[in-house]
Parts: sequence; structure tokens; C-alpha cells
Amino acid sequence: MNVNRLRRTGHDVDARVPHVPPAEAWAARKLSYKLVSPTNRRHLKVIVVGTGLAGSGAAAALAELGYEVEVFTYHDAPRRAHSVAAQGGINAARARAVDNDSLERFVIDVVKGGDFRGREAEAYRLGEESVRVIDHLNAIGAPFAREYGGMLATRSFGGVQVSRTYYTRGQTGQQLQVAAAQALLRQVHAGKITLHTRHEMLDLIVDGGRARGIVARNLVTGDVRAYSAHAVVLATGGYGSVFFHSTLARHSNASAAWRAHLRGAHLASPSFVQFHPTALPVDSPHQSKTTLMSESLRNDGRIWVPVRPGDDRAPLLIPETERDYYLERQYPAYGNLAPRDISSRAARRMIDAGHGVGPLRNSVYLDFSDAIARVGRATIEERYGNLFHMYSDVTGEDPYTEPMRIAPAAHFTMGGLWSDFDLMTSIPGLFVGGEAGSGYHGANRLGANSLLSACVDGWFTLPLSVPNYLAGVRGEELLGEDSPVAHSAVAEVRARVDELLSIGGTTRASTFHRELGEILYAGCGFGRTAEGLSTAIAAIAELRERFWTDLRVPGTADRLNQELEEAGRVADFLDLGHLMCLDALDREESAGAHFREEHQTSSGEAKRNDKRWAFTSVWQHGSPPIRHREPLRFSAVKLQERDYR
Amino acid sequence: MKLAIEVWRQSDPLDKGHWERHELDELSPNASLLDVIDLLNQQIVDGGGEAVAYESDCREGICGACGVTVNGVPHGPVPNTPSCRQHLRAFGDIKRLRIEPLRSASFPVVRDLVVDRSALDRLAAAGGTVAVNAGKAPDADALPVTHADAELALDFAACIGCGACVAACPNGSAHLFAGAKVAHLALLPQPSTERGRRARAMVDAVEAEFGPCSTYGECVKVCPAGIDLAAVAALHRERLRGALRGRDD
Repeated sequence: MNVNRLRRTGHDVDARVPHVPPAEAWAARKLSYKLVSPTNRRHLKVIVVGTGLAGSGAAAALAELGYEVEVFTYHDAPRRAHSVAAQGGINAARARAVDNDSLERFVIDVVKGGDFRGREAEAYRLGEESVRVIDHLNAIGAPFAREYGGMLATRSFGGVQVSRTYYTRGQTGQQLQVAAAQALLRQVHAGKITLHTRHEMLDLIVDGGRARGIVARNLVTGDVRAYSAHAVVLATGGYGSVFFHSTLARHSNASAAWRAHLRGAHLASPSFVQFHPTALPVDSPHQSKTTLMSESLRNDGRIWVPVRPGDDRAPLLIPETERDYYLERQYPAYGNLAPRDISSRAARRMIDAGHGVGPLRNSVYLDFSDAIARVGRATIEERYGNLFHMYSDVTGEDPYTEPMRIAPAAHFTMGGLWSDFDLMTSIPGLFVGGEAGSGYHGANRLGANSLLSACVDGWFTLPLSVPNYLAGVRGEELLGEDSPVAHSAVAEVRARVDELLSIGGTTRASTFHRELGEILYAGCGFGRTAEGLSTAIAAIAELRERFWTDLRVPGTADRLNQELEEAGRVADFLDLGHLMCLDALDREESAGAHFREEHQTSSGEAKRNDKRWAFTSVWQHGSPPIRHREPLRFSAVKLQERDYR
Repeated sequence: MKLAIEVWRQSDPLDKGHWERHELDELSPNASLLDVIDLLNQQIVDGGGEAVAYESDCREGICGACGVTVNGVPHGPVPNTPSCRQHLRAFGDIKRLRIEPLRSASFPVVRDLVVDRSALDRLAAAGGTVAVNAGKAPDADALPVTHADAELALDFAACIGCGACVAACPNGSAHLFAGAKVAHLALLPQPSTERGRRARAMVDAVEAEFGPCSTYGECVKVCPAGIDLAAVAALHRERLRGALRGRDD
């Protein structure tokens, strides 16, 4: 397939990063921000969609400052947002230990970990603000693990040789998320936030080129309404669930971001998807998702496969000499803590070469026997107890006595809504936070940077950058619900709901979703080729055709109808899946998790082409879509080939 | 394996609801309870019906969204395990599943197996919060917490907010939920600065929307986070502490 027929190319876009050394960019930008005086803030309204760490943080912080905030979530409670499921930890460049960590080293790790496809200045902001993220979440109730002397405990994560990951057992996301959701609830209780649970955003209202509100559907009554505000923040999470079998929650979806995209918000590098190396293998056809096992397990677990392909002896019967600890062998400097993209790809290659283990031969071992012998079972239990418990619930096997079986699965999306340095998208007044955005992580996110980026966006970036925009629209009337633009957006949403219900075919939305996932794993997964991507694009087009003629949504739109919700999300996934493949086909290089088989080094690593592709692909909706470029410049961290050997 | 299933159908909060009977064949013992509902839904939709509405999201036992009552027990027959992590292989001889929503006067049914648990959020909002605004917190290392206190706080903080404790309680009490929150926050230096006020607010809130606690302990048998009954004691102790002090802190 000729990519030139599928997309047009556009121009260079500017992320408005201040023209100062990257280490000073955030300070310079903050100083240039306009302020809104405390007495004027209550007249300015912000809509926040999503209540994960980014959404809860932004909503709470803006309300604390005195703005009027309206929050939307499709969950029944803010605490349920998928940040809750992050396990291993949250990085911070506090650099208190004497392991030679520093802000600069944090930035090097992030930029290099992302294979030089993220913004250097944002990596600085991430590191700089990380310090008070920990302080704040500690203060509002996250019970971080402590050493015996009472100080914060840390551990290591992939792609890093220091110990800067703060954690609360294997439930860091849960503790941070509950603390953040409580901060949000505190403002609800104080009357500063209006919270709409079980409401799904289905469109963005744009008037005069600026975001003026959203259209949301009450999932219980089916009521579709417009809600207006002076600014809108989307903190609606990632879209790894487009792969069907992913570590994401069942309801995680791309619709809010995709609807914004259709209204003019650009998408950045949508094909940059991370495959998590330590998920549990899919072992039955009815399974609806894969289970995540924290990367922190790689601190103590050793990954191996049998040397002989097809060796189906029980793991304990395979002698040491017939085991291949392939990460330790291939990447001795980082060993089992090689970055995620590399670890996932290595596992995939082992499985494809016939070394896979388990009934379906689709997994590798993660073995704790050495660690248990070294530090004792009690210590391992304290570190990972809940993960081991979950593993034995899911598999019926005991990881204390036999190795876990793990397999890579679709996980985090580095790509997402494009935003400038202020987290404002290409639609003025529309901001993005957390995984729904892009920016920090380039082509591969380091473990424990996801909770961090969501917190930095929510608590310490959006509360400064949104007011800068609000200062410019102060005194402006909110868009009326009966204004023509709001009216027509609501009518469009209603028409689409009716259309989904009226197709009257034979196949459920989940079946289409499953098929889409298979197409994407095959064509736009661990290894991508021009041929595989072309095949996937054609297959998605065919699937999309079938979806709109053979979809079956039982029930009606005037009450809770989960099949209807799912159908709308799958419809958007189909369109997003196409763009992901197109982005991957367009990018004639490998970088981080985006691995084009045609572009690899002699040792099988991702081979970047910095001359041609040192930019973020910024996609504008259209037919065909237009690909702009945001050139990436590196001054603090020199462009280099990643080497974790 | 084969299962006879009775499932609660209720089209909306005002409908009085009814049981619906189904049979499922060729189930893998590795299927989870929620996989069973998924397969049931496929069968129902294939037969021209509407899928049973139920909640679930992370399917890793951490989001707290799922929660149905199986044969009278919130979450299902495996003790202290959320619905998403209940697997048929652990069900023993059970051949008949009676699946209904979490039952409590505080949790009105929205549809089928979906209930409204917002009362728990109102409870959390009333007192389960910490009044520190963004950016104002002191250095987390400047407030040492002993290893033991941090671990104990985490034991209480493990609550996933599923509401099974309320559904299991003959009185519909939320003391375990409220107590876990109060105990967790009382153990940490910054949050404990408002422990008296918090205990009072949460006791008031728990009494406003939920039943009283008679320490039957049914809650701890189902709690997927393994919260200890000590949480209930903590709620009373914290309230008493506040009362004895004579003023809030």
C-alpha cells in the first residue's frame, strides 16, 4: 500500500517550548503565565473529563484555587478510574540516597528510555515536579512504604540503574488514586466541584475555533445534554484496550479523545503503544482481558525459557544448565530490568522461536526461587504479597513454589492527543492530562513514570497552565445549551446513538472488538512491516464495513445499556485502529516500542533514523488524514543509540 | 462443566424485578464468575434477549467495580475474593448459581446486577479526606512514619470500595468501610492532624445512611481486601478519643 495515497503531509507544528535550555523551560514558562485573581476565579468554569490521577488532581487543584469545576466520569465513583490498577510504583527524582541519582540522570533515563522521540523539556518538568508529587500524595493519605528508620522506601524499575521508585506494596496506583479521588470528593463536599458519575462524554463542543463544552450522555437515563465551560480538560486515559486483550480495564476507551480528534484536536504518534512484558498469558478464548503483573516483580524475579524449543518438562525438572536467562544473557548491564519495549520484544522472539512455556506455549517463566532463597519468603511476601495472591487466584498455581508464567500484552499508549508545552491541544481551550496526552514518554515509557506523569499533569501543570488560558477569556459568557452549535452537537450524538441501535445485524460489538484486536496484534503489534500494516489496514476497512452493516445492539437508549456503550466505543476504536496502522506504516524507522522489522540493527535492536524521523507525527483529521511534524531537538541528552547491554 | 443459573433481572430502579433461569454448558473450570456472566450474556443475546447488566472493570480485584451476590454471598463462594477473581475451579460441588445484585437498602438497584453505591462516596466525602491543598505539603521524608505504622496503615488502606461489607451485614452497616478509612488516616502524621473531626464526621455520616454495627463480623468474611474487624473498633475508638478530648483535632 502506498502511504502517500493514504495520508497527506502538512507542516511543522510548534509546541511553544520556551527558547531556553530545557532545564529552564518550565520555570520560564511558568513565569510567563498570566494569572487570574482569586476573586475572579469563581466566575470561570472548567470541565474535567475523567477522574484518574490526572483528572482528579486537576479538578481538585483547580477547585482548591477557587475555579468552578464540573467533573464527568463514566464510572459509578471517581475512585474506580484505571489509575487504580497501576501496581509497581511512582518515580521521583528526589535523589536522596547515595546511588548517584539526580534530576539530570532522571531526564537522561526518560529521554533515552523513550528512544529520543519525546520532549526533553517535558522530561525536565516531570522530574522537577516529581519531588512535590510524592510530598503531596503522602500528605493526603497515600501510605508509602517506609524503611525501618521511617524514611520513604524505594525500589528499581526497568531502564534505570538507580532506585527512585516509591511504592505502596503492589498497589501504588490504588493508594494514589484513592487519595486523589478523596481530594476531589473534598471539593465536591465543599460545593466547589459538581460531579457527574455515570456520564460519558460523547462529543466536544467547539465554537469559533475554541473548546466551549462537551456533550455527555447520562448512562442510566440515556439523557444526552450539552455542558459548557470556559475550558475543557480531557484526562480520559489511554487506548491500549483497542487491542481487546490488554492490561487495561474493560471499559477503558478512546472515545472522548477520538471525538475531540474529529473536532480538530491533533493526535500524536498513535502507533506508539507499549507492550507490558509481565502480563499473564491469555489462556482461554472467553477471556475478556489480560491481567497485569507489576514490573516491580522484575526486581527479584528472573526471566527464563528452556534452552530446547518445545521442552515441555515441568519447570522444576529443567536443570539450571538447560535454562536460558535470556535478558541476563543479552543485556548483562540491566539484566531483568531492561526497559519494557526491549523485554517484551525479547520475550516475543523467544515465544515465536518455540521456547514458549505453558499449555499454549505462549509465555515465559518469571522465577522467584533465587530471591526466596536469598531474602526469605516473608520479605518476598511483604514486597509482592498481593500480586502473588492475584496470580494464584487467576492461574490456580503457587508462585512461591513454581515460577510464574508471563507474556507481553498491550498496555500503555505513549501516543495520544497532541498538546503543546502547556498541555493545550491544537484546539484552544481544550487541555489534556495523563495517558490521554503524549509528550513525556516518546516511543517507550519507563515503568513507574505513568503514575508520575498523570500526577504532574493533574496537580502541578494544568492548575498553572489552564488559568493562563482562562485569563484570556475572563468575562466571556458561557455558551448557552440552546446555542446552535451546542444544539447541533447534541443532535449529532443522538443520531449516532440511534444509528448504532438501528443497524439490526447479528454480531455483538464485543465480537468486532475481539477481531480488531487480532488484526492489530498481527499487524501493528510487537514487530511491524509495511506488508503486515497494509494487510491490517485493509482488514480494518473490511471489519468497519461489517460493523456498520451487521452490528447488533439489543435494548434501547433510554436506560442503562452497556452493549450500546460498548458499540460506540468499538466504532471509535475501528477508526483509531486504522490511524494507528497508518502512523506505523508512515514511520519508516524503528523507535522504542515501534519496531519496524525493516529497520533494525545487526543485533536486532530498534534502529532509529534521526535524520528523517526525529519528530513527533502529529495527525490532523481529514480524508485522507494529514500528518504534520513536531521537530524534536535534544540539547541536554545527546542523540545516541540506546544500549542496555 | 455445566451450571444452572438463576439471574436477577430488573429493568430499572422502579421495576420490582424477577428471576430468570438459564443453563450453561461446556464451561471451563478456569472460567471466572464474570466470564460465566459474559458467556451467559452471549447466549442470551444470541437468543434474542438483552444482556444482563453488571459492573466490572479492571478484573484484577483492585478497582472495586464488580460485586454480585452468588448463592446469598456477596462476591461469591470463595471467601475474601472479589467477583472477578472467583474461579469455577474453586467452587467445589456447586452446580447451581443464583446471581443477584449486592443487596442493601443503601444500594438501590440501577438495573439487573448494577447497584448505586454512591452512599459510600458520600461517606468518604464527609470525612475520609485530608485538608491539604496542592503544593502545600511538607517534605514527605521530614515526617517519618515507622515501618510498622506504614504497613498497618496499608492494611486498612487496602479497601477497594466494593461495598460487599455493607451487603454482607444483616444491618447494612458500613462500619468496616468507614473504620478502615479512619484507622488508615489516623496512623499517618499529616492526615492525623484532623482525626477528631474526621471521626465525628464519619460516624455521623455512617449513621445517616447505613445501618448500625452489631459486630456480627459478616463483613470480614467477604471483604476482598481482608480488612480486619479491628477497623470497626478503630472507628469507635477514634470517636471516643475525640469525645474524651472534648474538642476536635
